[in-house]
Amino acid sequence: MSIMKKLVVPATLAALACSTAIANAATEIHWWHAMGGTNGDRVNKIADDFNKSQSEYKVIPTFKGNYTETMTSAIAAFRAKKQPHIVQVFEVGTATMMAAKGAVYPVEQMMNDAGESFDKSDYLPAVISYYQTSGGELLSMPFNSSTPVLWYNKDAFKKAGIESAPATWAEMKEASDKLRAAGYKCGFSFGWQSWVMAENFSAWHNIPMGTKENGFAGIDTEFSFNNDAVKMHWSNLAAWTKDGTFVYGGRRGDSLPMFINQECGMWMNSSAYYGSIKSQAKFEFGQSMLPYYKDIIEKPQNSIIGGATLWVLKGQDKGDYKGVAKFMSYMASPEVQAWWHQETGYVPITKAAYELSKKQGFYESNPGTDTAIKQLSLNTPTPASRGIRFGNFVQIRDVINEEMEAIWSGDKTAAEGLAAAQERGNALLRKFEKANK
Amino acid sequence: MLKRVHFEPSLLPYLLVLPQIVITIVFFVWPASQALYQSLLVEDAFGLSTQFVWFENFEELFADPHYWDAFQRTFLFSFLVAALSMASALLLAAMADRVIKGSGFYRTMLIWPYAVAPAAAGALWFFIFDPTLGVMPYILQFFGYEWNHKIYGNEAMALVIFSAAWKQIAYNFLFFLAGLQSIPKSLIEAAAIDGAGPGRRFWTIIFPLVSPTTFFLLVVNVVYAFFETFGIIDALTSGGPANATQILVYKVYNDGFVGLDLGGSAAQSVILMGIVIGLTVVQFRFVEKKVSYQ
Repeated sequence: MSIMKKLVVPATLAALACSTAIANAATEIHWWHAMGGTNGDRVNKIADDFNKSQSEYKVIPTFKGNYTETMTSAIAAFRAKKQPHIVQVFEVGTATMMAAKGAVYPVEQMMNDAGESFDKSDYLPAVISYYQTSGGELLSMPFNSSTPVLWYNKDAFKKAGIESAPATWAEMKEASDKLRAAGYKCGFSFGWQSWVMAENFSAWHNIPMGTKENGFAGIDTEFSFNNDAVKMHWSNLAAWTKDGTFVYGGRRGDSLPMFINQECGMWMNSSAYYGSIKSQAKFEFGQSMLPYYKDIIEKPQNSIIGGATLWVLKGQDKGDYKGVAKFMSYMASPEVQAWWHQETGYVPITKAAYELSKKQGFYESNPGTDTAIKQLSLNTPTPASRGIRFGNFVQIRDVINEEMEAIWSGDKTAAEGLAAAQERGNALLRKFEKANK
Repeated sequence: MLKRVHFEPSLLPYLLVLPQIVITIVFFVWPASQALYQSLLVEDAFGLSTQFVWFENFEELFADPHYWDAFQRTFLFSFLVAALSMASALLLAAMADRVIKGSGFYRTMLIWPYAVAPAAAGALWFFIFDPTLGVMPYILQFFGYEWNHKIYGNEAMALVIFSAAWKQIAYNFLFFLAGLQSIPKSLIEAAAIDGAGPGRRFWTIIFPLVSPTTFFLLVVNVVYAFFETFGIIDALTSGGPANATQILVYKVYNDGFVGLDLGGSAAQSVILMGIVIGLTVVQFRFVEKKVSYQ
């Protein structure tokens, strides 16, 4: 090892020295991302493959921690004028990025400026609509997008005598009762609760989360999620915590072990858990669309995405952006997208990648893996279902999470928690409006 | 000759303290003044639009009931961490002081946890108490107790208090042991001859004589609980559930680095700075005077 170091380090240094000496041998493009572990390796592969495909530009991916940390470090770097070309930002940071007009180079504009061919109609509407201005301009390039689905334990269903995956919340309750009667500790659990039980719940039932088209039409938006439908749903969930129909297992993906250990027969969370579940579950599992309430909507609308997009930051040499544009085209190509989608469980961002996956027979050999994309494009997105765009949403999501936790533990009723979440959320929206005049 | 040496202005002493002054300015005065200035601003995350708002950030904080909750929570947390870790450390030190055989071994083992990094300690307790995977909830289940600190705030609070206190016992133990060993044996022997039992000897002789150590540790422990427990809380609960374990320093981080509300976060850190200054003054002004040094 030490010998290796002794040999390799000077060699690399020499190589570096040479590359700077020759200069613009390859223009470096820095890409900061939040993909750790296996997905980090996949990100490196995408960059490597791109670098091998041409010699003019060199994309250098750097792992910067989780989503929040990556976004924060890019912002800090921007303030210090040391920003990367590309940064991966999760969907809740969208409004913050959008408001930073002096810092962000809209992707669509960049592609046009660089003369790179770019056709928005190639992309899946459900995916890109989240990242468009109200005028339709695409601001950032979707990279890893997912949507919550219902994961269920097929073995447990068989044992409990449940025939098919529940489609409505009434069937959810029924299936949970059967599971518990068959000896399971809980019916279902879920993660990323604000995303799944507030944001997606609203879109799925075509109910707005806030005014001004969920914030798309202006930052003077106000929340309206304190409505009868959400109140009814959260009251149900609160009542179900009492008998174990629903057991809360923490934020983000913390409750995954409850599904893997077969404590809970059903779990609602991102379709991107496909890889984790596949490698850990010692049972047959399936995924299906989120349940809905028949008395709220006859047929569900469509769900919204989560995940992250690639934002281009201003302030680099003009020539560099040509390389950034080339890389974006490469990344969005059907082959790369189809590979990324099939490996990770994220949805493909273009129609061509979806078609390619179909042609390759991926969905036939892995049934259920097209649930996410079908659910996202179930109907043409409406103003209430194309996504949300609220400033300070990282903090607001925390507020919603806190109030939900207070409801599950019985400290507050659903009506109290929901009212508090809306009030505190609105205060943060006004703060954002003030800071971004 | 001597006089000339005394009065000749020399650059040397200034040069010698210069590094210290530079370090203080670069690492303390400058960032602190930046925080002070930032606390008067409302700014977007990228620093593209900035407004000077005087004390609005502070007004907002003081009008926010959640901030007061965090204040109360921090005092409760610090008091319990200090009390628990100091009491256990004193007990262990008093016992280790009496051990004759293998005392070196016991002492080493008792000091060991101090070398564990806060985040690592947090991860350790995280696994022991995880409601789904942990050993403790499994054991508690046999006694009919359903442990889930991911829902119940009190359990989460108890958990962070235990882990933070556990981490600090070793440090306190070290100081208490040194304090105990510096008490002249003759005093204790005299009391024993007068017929005082071990309990009586402890409360009337040993405890008053280690009081300087106790007060020193009290301040150190409160400062520890206020500021250095961040890693443990971050690893164990991230301030949740429903903010039940969000103490002031965690809120500074959460609002500033997660929520990107730089002005509000800076205002909070200015208040924290005030608290530390207050604690230090209390230590030097009152505590040090009232404690009986021999």
